[in-house]
Parts: sequence; structure tokens; C-alpha cells
Amino acid sequence: MFQILDKQDLAPSIKQFVIDAPLVAQKAQPGQFIILRIKEGGERIPLTIADYDAKQGTVTVVFQEVGKTTLELGTLKTGDYLADFVGPLGEGVKFKNHKKVLGIGGGLGVAPLYPKLKILHQQGAYVESIIGAKTADLLIMEQQIKAVSNKTHICTDDGTKGRHGFVTVVLKELLEQGEKYDEIIIIGPPILMKIAAEITKPYGIPTMVSLNPIMVDGTGMCGGCRVTVGGETKFACVDGPAFDGHKVDFDELMKRLQTYKTEETTALHKHKGGNCKCHQQ
Amino acid sequence: MPSTINRSKTKTPMPAQDPKKRSKNFGEVALGYTQEDAINEARRCLNCKKPTCMQGCPVQVQIPQFIKHIAQQNFQKAINTIKQTNSLPAICGRVCPQEEQCEQKCILTKMGDPVAIGRLERFAADWEREQGIKTPEQTPSVGKKVAIIGSGPAGLTCAGDLAKIGYEVTVFEAFHDPGGVLIYGIPEFRLPKQIVKQEVDFIKQLGAKVKTNMVMGKILTIDDLFKKGYDAIFIGTGAGLPKFMNIPGENHLGVYSANEFLTRINLMKAYNFPETDTPVKVGKKVAVIGGGNVAMDSARCALRMGAEEVYIIYRRSEQEMPARKEEAEHAKEEGIIFNFLTNPTRIIGDENGWVKGIECIKMQLGEPDASGRRRPVPIEGSEYILDMDTVVIAIGTGPNPLLPKATSGLQLNKYGYIDTDENGKTSKEGVWAGGDIVTGSATVILAMGAGKKAAQSIHEYLQNK
Repeated sequence: MFQILDKQDLAPSIKQFVIDAPLVAQKAQPGQFIILRIKEGGERIPLTIADYDAKQGTVTVVFQEVGKTTLELGTLKTGDYLADFVGPLGEGVKFKNHKKVLGIGGGLGVAPLYPKLKILHQQGAYVESIIGAKTADLLIMEQQIKAVSNKTHICTDDGTKGRHGFVTVVLKELLEQGEKYDEIIIIGPPILMKIAAEITKPYGIPTMVSLNPIMVDGTGMCGGCRVTVGGETKFACVDGPAFDGHKVDFDELMKRLQTYKTEETTALHKHKGGNCKCHQQ
Repeated sequence: MPSTINRSKTKTPMPAQDPKKRSKNFGEVALGYTQEDAINEARRCLNCKKPTCMQGCPVQVQIPQFIKHIAQQNFQKAINTIKQTNSLPAICGRVCPQEEQCEQKCILTKMGDPVAIGRLERFAADWEREQGIKTPEQTPSVGKKVAIIGSGPAGLTCAGDLAKIGYEVTVFEAFHDPGGVLIYGIPEFRLPKQIVKQEVDFIKQLGAKVKTNMVMGKILTIDDLFKKGYDAIFIGTGAGLPKFMNIPGENHLGVYSANEFLTRINLMKAYNFPETDTPVKVGKKVAVIGGGNVAMDSARCALRMGAEEVYIIYRRSEQEMPARKEEAEHAKEEGIIFNFLTNPTRIIGDENGWVKGIECIKMQLGEPDASGRRRPVPIEGSEYILDMDTVVIAIGTGPNPLLPKATSGLQLNKYGYIDTDENGKTSKEGVWAGGDIVTGSATVILAMGAGKKAAQSIHEYLQNK
């Protein structure tokens, strides 16, 4: 059992847990993820690690309530326990001697972007970041991102905070202005990563994305998370989840993410019709 | 007492669920012998002075002895005899390929059916379980620690044998439930998970600790374990990496590896969705590619999940099919359709990426290949399309590189399996390995045999250390 040491509401429907998981915390690296299960009979869901502290023995995860499992997860409180918490999984990302980088986080993608920018910042790189959300309320981890960035751009789709528009608009402007980066890191919904990677491609700037396909075990055993990268099939759980954004077949990824759409709706309806506390408020 | 010998040339039949009924449920197919059946069958054994059957058993069960006890209605003595060398009899009695092992060597095969050794083993184990298994006594600790990586048949056997001697054993499992392939791979209707749980509990009662959610190589490395004070380590991580065919369309929606398909159904209990949270997609028409036991399991699961037509697509003929005959028979009885000498060439998707068909080519058998089986050769121009909603690829697995990659000084062969000597000792000091991670995909009992040998070798090593 893994205890939730702290719970924070980062935005409506976006929550952060700090989990007591000392062994995972000791080995965690930026870019890695964990798989958790709330209880017996529950689904195994992958979440990218948003922060970790080896000394405190904690791992931080951020999730958005979108389906049955995440809604149920959101009802847990500080002091509650998760049945299972497995990690750290996937390959950690390593940066070598970057002088200047650009990090782009869209929506929930800001959370996994943070540990990467944090390490780059610690390594002495000049970190520029663009973070965005649909609306001001949904923008998360602004202070943390600013703390590890030399310059931060904020965007909202509806203009309620920062620039009015997508993060890709600012990305395009920066590149058109002639800004140069050793690497650009983009994390967010697949469509955002696809478009942003298409924008960086003509500039020949190495572009890293982090994928979150459907998984079961997270150890390379099921192959459910297979993605096509540079024409080859890769397992995101062990070969990734970070990949070269210019090589990922995002259209296939987006299609595969729809596999259980019907079942997700069934589970959600059943959940909402039940006695869960989240809908009694 | 010669008068008690049963001279029947055929095995006492195994009671089984009706095929029509069972193809709609996940309940066990073979129901097990009654006491009367068991005694009757046990009396077929000639109790040979030189029992050849035992040569066929990878864990050296005292076969004639336990059968004699059953014939004499002394079931407790029968199970005690089995358990001296086999810590997982309820499992072996169900899933061992006895027809290639003990039963193949039975002298009665010269006249007719061999003694149904597997069914008798299962009977003895089930009888004990019904009585309530007595908690075994724990051996006092010898003060040395052994780590077992993987809780499948190899790991559990190795753990059980070492715990019996008094080693402080900890088993590390990557999943949330222990049992490895016994839990995620072999379906409920062939091996009820309650039985696996009881066998794991028995090993815990012997004193072994089981830690789940531990992906070794990620959370801890082999060297970390030595630093934590373990004196020896056994790796039994299995062959868990699914193989795909590398044909166009394999990433379409509705295409599964058998590993994923079976894990969703067995470990995650997708057959209870939405009571449980993990779904699986099973369309009306399902094609399973491959001819092994895993293919049979996948096909029979698909049927039980509500598929209307389930096809096995196998590139060789029925004769070369590696599945146990009994499993293939069961599958046929349940209505699985076999397309032999057929190989898929591409998977066809619709505009949303969902599988809608599979293009196959007809094959014929040519000259024997390295495996001694006649090589299937495509018949040019014989391609045809089968409409399908779901495709499961069950063409085998490879070694998972996750742990070897994170371990320095561990020698692998060219396929990525771990190199060991005949006792399971690896190139790394204090590290043993056994089961599918050494041999490639094989059987539960061979993995158990490897776990047993390694336990013996670890014991010798630690006595002298």
C-alpha cells in the first residue's frame, strides 16, 4: 500500500498527489513514469512523474479527472492509500551540455515537463518555457515552471491569461524571430505535439516529445503501447516514453488512443450512476 | 494384490463441462476425478520395479509410489509423496504436458493408454485442498538471504525449495499479483487463479516473503540486492516480450499480442468489465495467429468473451501444431475453426484504423527445417481475405531485456536469453537463472525443474560460502 502524503487541487479537475514511495523516489529520473492501481479490480494507469524527492522518499504525480479511474482517484484524500504504485518505468531522459532549451507544456503536459526543465536548469542551461491551457483556471504549475525558467511565456486558448492562443503560436514567433535552441521539448495532447513538431522540423532543431499511449504492464510485456517511430514499431513503456518528435506517427497514436472509447463511456456512466462521493457534492 | 489391477487399456475418462456450456463461461473445463475414478485409474499402474515414468519427470516425482497410495485410498500419503519433490502439484496436474513427459514413458503405452499420471496428481492435490492444507512448519533460519526475481513457476519452485532448507527468501514480482504466467497467461478455465493463490500462500507459509510491484532492474538492480545483504539471487523473469509478425497493419485498433489479450482477460479480469475496470475488445469475428498453447488459450478466451466465430490461423498443418493435443481437442469441441497451412500477409483496417479483415496466403509443406518440421512455403497467388474484427498474434515471445540490460556482467546468448551452466549458474558471481529467460518459451514443469536445480546449486554454494 502506498500512502498519499499530500493532495493539492491544482485546477478544477486537475489534482496533485505526493506519494510515499521511497524506493521509486531513489531511482526516478526526469521523463520516467509510474503505473498505479487504486484498489483490487482497478485499472492500471500510467502517469508521468511530475517531481520526486529521494531524501523525502516521495514521488509527485499530477492527473486530470477525465474517466472513471481518474475521477475515483480524485476522491482520495491525504492519508489514503493506493493499492499499487509501480516504477520508475520507461527510460529517463538525459541531456548533454545544452546551453539553451525551449520547453513547451500544454494542459496536463506542464506537469511532466517540469522535472525535465528542472534538471536542465540545474545543469546550467538557459531555459525558456511556453506553458498553456484552455483557460486561466486550468493553467497548472506556473510558479514551479517559472522557478526553473529564465523566461516563461503563458498562453490560454480563450485569452483569460497571457497570450490569447495556442502555445504553438508563440513557438512559431520565437522561431521566426530567429531564436536558436539546442533542443525543444514538447509535452501535451498528441495533437499539440504533432503540430508543434511540424513547426520545429524545418528549423532542424532536435525536438523531444513524451507519449502517453494505452498501457497495461509498463514493462514491455503486452505491446499495447506500441507506436511507430521512424517507421519502426517501438514500445513506449520501455523504449520511451520520450521520442524524437519528428519521427513519431502521431496520427496512428491518436487513433490507437480511441480503442476503448466506448468502454470508457460505459465505465464512466456506471460510475456516475453509482454512489461515488465526487458527484454528491 | 494382482486381483486389484485394472486391466483397462484406456484411461478413466476425465469428467468435463459440456463444450456448449463451457464455451460461454470461464469455469474450469476439466472437472477432476472423483475418488472412485482416481482409485480405478491408480489400479491400472503396474508399479514397475524400474519405473520409466520417473525419467520423464523434470522434478522427479515418486510416481509409482504416490499412485500406489491412491490405489490404497491413502490420499494424504499420496500428496505427501508428491510434495516431497513438487511444490506446485495442483498446477502441474493441470497444465503439464504429461503426454510428452511421464506418461510418454509409461510402460502401458505399449498396449494402450498410459496411466493418467497427471490426472492422478491433480486429484491428490485437489483432495488435500478440500481437506484444508495443513500449514507447513517453518524451518529455522540458516541466516542467509536469497532474492528470487519473478514469481512464475521457476521462481516459486526455487523459493519453496530454499525456504524449506531455512534460507530467508524474498520473491520480487513486477505485477500486483504473484504467479507470473500462471496468473496473467493461463486462463481461469484451465487453471483457476484461486489454486495459484493457494500454492503461493503455501510458499509464503514455508517462510518466503513475496513483494509485488517490484520491476527489478528499474526499482532495484541485482547489485543493489547484493548491497542490501542478499547472498544469492535467482532470476526467473520468463520470456515476456511479445513477438509481432512485422506485416502491414499490425498497429490497427483491435490487433493484440496474445500477452496483452490474455493479461487483460486473466490478470485484469476483463471478463468482469465493467465490474472490474479493465476492458478488452472482442469483436464478432476473431482471428488468432499461431498454433501453440497460447494461441489455443487466446482463441478459447475470445469465444468466452462472446465472439461468434473464432479462427486459429496456423501456417503449418495440424501435425506440426505445437499445442497440447488435449488443448487443441478442447478448442475444436468448443467450435474453434482451424485454418491450417494459412499465413497472414497483411491486416486490413477501416478509415478509423479498426481491423476489418486479414489477408492470408495458402501454404504447402516443403523440406524439413532446423526444427525438423516440414517448412511451410507460400503458394503464389493464393491470397484471400477473411473479414475480421479482432486479431490476436500468438506466434511466440522473446526474452524481456529490461533486467539483463540493467545488470553488469551477466552473459547473454545471441537471442538475449541468459547463459547458464547445467545448474542454472550464470556468468555473474552469486547469480542463477532458470525457466524461460534461459531456455526460451517452454513449459511450466521445465521452468519448475530449472528452479529446483538452481535451488540445489544455490544451497551448495551458500553452504561453502
